[in-house]
Amino acid sequence: MITVTGATKRFGDFLALDDVSLEIPAGSLTALLGPSGSGKSTLLRAMAGLENLDGGSVVIDGVDVTHVPPRRRGIGFVFQHYAAFKHMTVRDNVAFGLTIRKRPRAAIRARVDELLELVGLAGLAERYPDELSGGQRQRMALARALAVEPSVLLLDEPFGALDATVRAELRAWLRRLHDEVHVTTVLVTHDQAEALEVADRVAVIHQGRVQQVDEPLAVYDRPANAFVMGFMGSVARVGDSLVRPHRIALRRPGGAAGVATPPHGDGVVTVPATVERVARLGSETLVELVDEAGQRFVARLPRDEAEALGLARGDSVEASAPRDPATADFIDYSI
Amino acid sequence: MRLSLPARLGVRTVALAYLAVLVALPVGMVLQRALAPGLATFWASVTTPAAIAAFNLTLTLLAIVVPLNVILGTVTALVLVRGGSFRGKALLQAFLDLPFAVSPVVIGVALIALWGAGGWFGGLADAGVRVIFATPGMALATAFVTLPFVVREVEPVLREVGDEQEQAAATLGATGWQTFWRITLPSIRWGLTYGTLLTVARGLGEYGAVLLVSSNLPGVSQTLTLLVHARYHDVANTYGAYTAATVLMGLSLATLVATALLNRTRRHP
Repeated sequence: MITVTGATKRFGDFLALDDVSLEIPAGSLTALLGPSGSGKSTLLRAMAGLENLDGGSVVIDGVDVTHVPPRRRGIGFVFQHYAAFKHMTVRDNVAFGLTIRKRPRAAIRARVDELLELVGLAGLAERYPDELSGGQRQRMALARALAVEPSVLLLDEPFGALDATVRAELRAWLRRLHDEVHVTTVLVTHDQAEALEVADRVAVIHQGRVQQVDEPLAVYDRPANAFVMGFMGSVARVGDSLVRPHRIALRRPGGAAGVATPPHGDGVVTVPATVERVARLGSETLVELVDEAGQRFVARLPRDEAEALGLARGDSVEASAPRDPATADFIDYSI
Repeated sequence: MRLSLPARLGVRTVALAYLAVLVALPVGMVLQRALAPGLATFWASVTTPAAIAAFNLTLTLLAIVVPLNVILGTVTALVLVRGGSFRGKALLQAFLDLPFAVSPVVIGVALIALWGAGGWFGGLADAGVRVIFATPGMALATAFVTLPFVVREVEPVLREVGDEQEQAAATLGATGWQTFWRITLPSIRWGLTYGTLLTVARGLGEYGAVLLVSSNLPGVSQTLTLLVHARYHDVANTYGAYTAATVLMGLSLATLVATALLNRTRRHP
């Protein structure tokens, strides 16, 4: 478990962390999610001891480590750009922490083999990092961090430098790894989809402050404020209701009843609108609409529904959305 | 750009002639003159007591100067790149290039002003520690003129490598000292090697600064460069100047070859 209390950090005039308090439960995979410059990486680096706090404290597993150097915090850290030791083979990279701790050679060898197996690099032990792909390098970095059996694993945008396919693959892999290894993990990311997919808790950070900490879907469905609402995904304004685009139902005027039935909420808002553009993204379809007041919004439909409606530019539709009490407070929010 | 055949041949001829007249011909001439009378004569000329002493003194100076500049140069590069910002950093940067910009003769004079009789540290001579007109002075002069090489070779490498690997080592349990030996030093080893070879090459050839602070006694305080000059100029032993110059060239050539070999064998950055 990691407990951060009143963490404050300035870089010159810039307040990177503004009195941040946050608890990371033991065994969880928590995402620190925020835009760039929000302070999420600084918070992670403060947990690692790579950044000294101007105020506040960091406690890991009951030990106040605020003034303890990184090497004695019992952490594993993974960097966005891998930080691979370029002059060492994969084996020596992964063995580094154990070599420093002067473990017996045979024990190191066995442990490294086990870890390389775990991260799927078993056949590549004698390669150098520049002979690996980005995804392989990052898995090597993870194995290296796990080798010393850290009490917490800190990941700083670990997939940020990888292309989309590899990123998706590694995300799923990280989730499975965490289910196997159960080490308390903190993941910094600016990608809300990544946070929702991988983490079991999400802390949204903005302007050096924690905006909301909750389960992933709760942050999406019941945002604590307008920033979280906007950052977690796109928002559509239908009449006087703010909703996620997938909750909008469309029908042709006078046509059959709305396709989707809102799961909860107190009443439904329906507005007439005109189709501006239809974008087919594969599994779903984005329909850009403009209502009679000139307000633009986007509906996100499953592909089959969109094809059944057969919408084209200029068509008139009726858009319905639930009045969502969770977001009703942010109605003045500008989209 | 594609050149026509005559133009290409013309440009090639100019480049080759330029190299030939400025480099190959003079060097070849010295070699020819030195070796023409036969290897036995050549050997006798380069193994006179004065020549052996000069050879030894040159190597002694390198043995002092190279480790000094490698260690302190690396420390300086670390201070410049990893030391954060501090007062006087810009000044330090400017001073580092001074040995490149200033004539070695000026350096010799400056050393005499500081360490010689009447200088700030001149009192040392009265206490029995001879600096000027002795080996320490010559080492200081050589160190001065070769000071920038290691710093300037290592500094950009350190900057390019960045400090993430060092941070990673720290999170994995390494102390600062372990991080330096296991991570920082291996990642700058090529820059350090080039800096060292340049230091050796320049140290071998230094003449002006060393001339001023040496007593220039044959067999005692003559380096190879001083020997070449003294043989040619003072004792009118032109042949001896050619042979000593050939030895000097041989040492430089060995340095060049070492650099080239390293270039071919280097693999992981």
